[in-house]
Formats: sequence, structure tokens, C-alpha cells
Amino acid sequence: MRTIRLSLKSRRALLGLAFISPWLIGFIFLFVTPLLQSIRFSLSNLSVAPGGYVLDFVGLKNFKDAILVDATFNRILLDSVGAMLLNVPMILFFSLFTATLLNQKFKGRTMARAIFFLPVILASSAVAAAESAGLINMMGDASAIDSSVDGGASFNVVSIVRMLSDVGLPMAYVDYIVEAIMRIYEIVSSSGVQILIFLAALQSVPGSMYEVAKIEGATAYESFWKITFPMVSPLILTNVIYTIIDSFAGSPVTEAIYQTAFKTQNFGLSSAMSWLYTIVIGLVLVVVGWVLSRRVHYN
Amino acid sequence: MAASGTDRMVVVPKENVHMHRVRNKTSDLLYSIFRYALVIGISFIILYPLFLKISVTFKDKQDIYNPTIYMIPQHFTLDNIKLAAQVMDYLPLLANTLLFVTITTILTAISCALAGYGFARFSFPGSNVLFVLVILTILVPTSTLMVPMYLHFRSFDFIGIIHLFTGRDGINLLNTYWPSIITAATAGGLKAGLFIYIFRQFFKGMPKEIEEAALIDGAGGFRTFARIMLPNAISPLITVILFSFVWQYNDTFYSALFMSESPLISLKVASLPAQANQLIPQLMGFGSNSGMKADPNYVAMIVDTGILLAIAPLIILYLFVQRYFVESIERSGIVG
Repeated sequence: MRTIRLSLKSRRALLGLAFISPWLIGFIFLFVTPLLQSIRFSLSNLSVAPGGYVLDFVGLKNFKDAILVDATFNRILLDSVGAMLLNVPMILFFSLFTATLLNQKFKGRTMARAIFFLPVILASSAVAAAESAGLINMMGDASAIDSSVDGGASFNVVSIVRMLSDVGLPMAYVDYIVEAIMRIYEIVSSSGVQILIFLAALQSVPGSMYEVAKIEGATAYESFWKITFPMVSPLILTNVIYTIIDSFAGSPVTEAIYQTAFKTQNFGLSSAMSWLYTIVIGLVLVVVGWVLSRRVHYN
Repeated sequence: MAASGTDRMVVVPKENVHMHRVRNKTSDLLYSIFRYALVIGISFIILYPLFLKISVTFKDKQDIYNPTIYMIPQHFTLDNIKLAAQVMDYLPLLANTLLFVTITTILTAISCALAGYGFARFSFPGSNVLFVLVILTILVPTSTLMVPMYLHFRSFDFIGIIHLFTGRDGINLLNTYWPSIITAATAGGLKAGLFIYIFRQFFKGMPKEIEEAALIDGAGGFRTFARIMLPNAISPLITVILFSFVWQYNDTFYSALFMSESPLISLKVASLPAQANQLIPQLMGFGSNSGMKADPNYVAMIVDTGILLAIAPLIILYLFVQRYFVESIERSGIVG
């Protein structure tokens, strides 16, 4: 017999807590605690002692060192934020475009989808690292270059630049587009999840809307901008945030933070660097989120 | 109004309608050609590196400098595979990696499904705040937690229990599987926040009546979850399992942090070029101090073969599940 009688509501509440308890334990001990410790580390000089560590409070010295003393950190940080800001629109544009393409009915669509999501499976920083090292090996030998012409993008970039600037595009745009073309593989391979998210969004747009638009005489172009785009626009915000976060993973900043901690054993400086990084990313997310959420259409 | 509409239809000359239809047909045809060109082009960009690796894998040494060979080698050989497998110590490595990845994947799927269900279906004090915190865990860069996590697992001690019983300062869990297993079991592993989100969105969309019926039939909360809700959650399960498996398999960040010396494929691949450079002269019968260097192109070939061996299990897995995968994403309510 149960001694304490709980109301149904509080029994449900306890059951819910039981369901999330693994997460909650992990969250408290493996997320919140390290997060707070990381703040403490960033304000201290940390030296590893047998069985633990010793902290020396040094105030904001680590942050000053990261920005002013460390030779490369501020440059790497600015570079990778810049690269991220360039990448996000490219990936977004490409993934929306591809998702619209894959959502249409044509023969071989299943196969096309399977191929387009292959990069999600194969995107691996380890493989990329091994590949680039292999490439250096290949390029170390002049005769190898002759035999590996097929390995590179061998079309003529200059002709594209000339063509686009003849059309009358400003040089800044031309640069951007050419860069996008040169890095098409990188863009394709980092937009798999975004394509999936957009595709799922497109599937949830009721087909009747397109039928109505067609009856009213809208062209495909018009119905894209008047129906598809507004309907998937909430997911643009999701995708922007996902893309920004995803660009953390293999970024040179993460690498620099890792090296500082485990090669030079400067744990305090490393924590300060990672907090600077977190703050910068947080600011970018807030600004981007604020700008986009004002333009997003929610239904 | 309707009558005047039909009137107007009748007035349209017949040839005009015909013209219209022809023009529509040609523009449809042009568009579909354009679409195929794009789809095939992008597919080629994705598949090309893979084809190149497959071609290299079966290419004989004497084909390296033959400029007339494009994709298909003249002399087929399995030597590259043998050599790459030898350099990587492939089969034990693969078995080890698969075991490790499978364990963490299952634990991640279970813990994230539980948490997702808890957040979707129960209201308890602070449930909304806690869910916001789940999202927060997605947003905080992993490098911020890196140093404390490392030190934590270096002398692991759960709320001082080990110190209490043995008097020692915790146990060193580095270079064991435990750090990853513990984070996976507590829904804190790789991108677990995203998985919890996926499960929550899915369970939110399930009709409440199913659960109520189970409750009336006398099933408890966990039984309802295991018997009724989970079997219906196949699509988010496939999504989460596949993502978790693949990301764990490819992960270098946590693996290098916690288990830098463990035999895992992701770690091995990253050091493959250096190892191939060092080991190939030895395997070909030169002493380690002979100063012999292998042909760099040959080393590159072996590295490419090794990469293909490393990603082959993922490709095979993907061949089997890709249909369910794409479908499940569409239905899993990731969009919600």
C-alpha cells in the first residue's frame, strides 16, 4: 500500500522528471559544472598537479593575453568569423535551391536525393585532413602534377570573371560568385542537413496553395516568391543558426584553443580564448537572429 | 459571372490555344533538361572524389605514371587494399570502432528519446525553462567545455563517492571508453541537444488518445513509453540513430580529447599520411633506418585507399538505410 497519496497531476510531474532525469544529471554534472569551472579557469592560472589542479586567480590577464599578446589568436578569430559570414549565405542559398529542386517530381528523384545527402554521411574532418595531406604528397613532385590534372578543378576561372564583369556585375559580386564556384564541393558537402530541413519544410506546404496560384495564373517564379519562400522562411532562421553552429566544428579557432590547452599546457589562456569565441559567436547569433526574425513570416 | 466566363472561353480562337500548348510543352521540356543538367552536375561533384578513390584503390603501381589512364586502371590489383589494411591494422580497428560507436549510439538514442518524451508530454515545474536549456547546450561551442571536461575525467569522481570509499582522488578515465559512454547515457554526447529536440517535436505531434488508452488499460508510464510510444517513433529513431552513428564514427574532437590513444578509425585516418610514409618502406622490406622514402605518389595512393576503407562501412550502411532516412526526416517533424 502506498503511504503518500499524490494527485494525478503531481504524479505525472514526477514521471516527467523521471523521464528527463538522465539528461538532467548529465546536464548538471557534465554541462553546468564544466561551464562554471571554465569561467573560473579563464580567470586563473591553472597548473596540473597529481590527482587534480591548482588555481591562481589572475583576473582578466588571460583575456588580455588572448587578444593582445598571443600572436595569432585575434587574427584567426576574425578570419573565421569572416569566413562564416561569407559561407552562411552561400550554403543557405544553395540548400534552399537544391531542396526546391529535389522536391519536384522527376525520374530518378530518389537516387538524386540519396546522392545529395551522401555528404552528410561522409563529412569528416579526419578524412579531410588525410586528404589534404595526401594532396601535398601528390603535389610534391612535378611529374605528379601532370598525371593528376584530373584531380583539380581545371576549368578556366578567368573566363568566368571576364564574362560576369562584361555583363555589368560589380566586381565585389563577381568575386563572391567566383569564390562560390571554386568552393562548390565544400558548399555542397556542408549543406546536407540544411537541404534536409528545407525539404521537410517544403513537404509540409499544402499542394492546394500551388494549385490555386496556378489557376490564378501565377508563373513558377511568382509562386516560388509568393508561396514557397514565405512558407519556408521560419526554417531559414533555423538553418542560419544551424550553419553558424556547424561552422564551429572544424574551425581554426577551435584548433587554436585545443593547441593552447594541450600542446602548451596553458589551460587558463585556452579557457579565456574559448570564452571570447563563445561571446563572439553569441553576438553573431543574436544579431542575425534579431535581423531575420523581423522578416520571417510565421503562419 | 460564371456564364460570362464560359462566354470568354468560347471566344478564344482555336489556333491560339494550340500555340499556347506547344509553347508550354517546349518550356516544360527545356526546364526539365535544365533540371537534369543541374542534378547530374551536382551529383557528379559529390561522387567524383569517391569515384577517384575507388579507381585509385584498384590501380596498380605501374599505372601511376601512365597519362593515358583516366578512371579505369589497366592493371587491376588488390595490393593497395592489403597494404592499406596492414598500415591501419584495419580489421581489429574496424571491429573496435563499430563496437564503441554502436554502444554510444544506442545509449544516445535511449537517453535522448526519454528526455524528448519527458519534455513533450509532461509538465512539471520549470519544464519550459529546462527545455530552453536543452537548446542552450546546442549553442555553446564544445571547446568551451573542453578543459574542465578533460580535467573532470582525468580524476573522475561522482559527487565524491570514490574519495569517500577509497580515499583516492577519483579515477583516471582518460583513454577508456567511459567518458563517451557516460556522456552518451546522460544525453550529453555529440549534438544530443538536437536529438532531444527531434524527439520532442515528434512526440508532441502524436495523438494523446493513444497514451490515455494505454493508461486506462493499466500500463504505467514507462511501459506506455516502451510498448506504445517508442514503436511508433520509428522515423525519428532512424534519423537519430543514423546521425548519431555517423557523427560518432567521424568524430575527432571528443575522441582526440578523451581517447587519443584508443584504436578508433577517425583518429587513425587523421594520422594515416604520416603513418603510411613511415610504414610503407618497412613493409616493402627496407629497414626502418635505411633512410629509404617511399614514392610520394604511391603513399598518396595508399592513403586514398585507406580513406576509402575507413568510409566504406558508412557507405554500405547508407546504401541500406538511405530510403528510410530521407523519408523519416520528412516525417519526423524536424520542422514542427
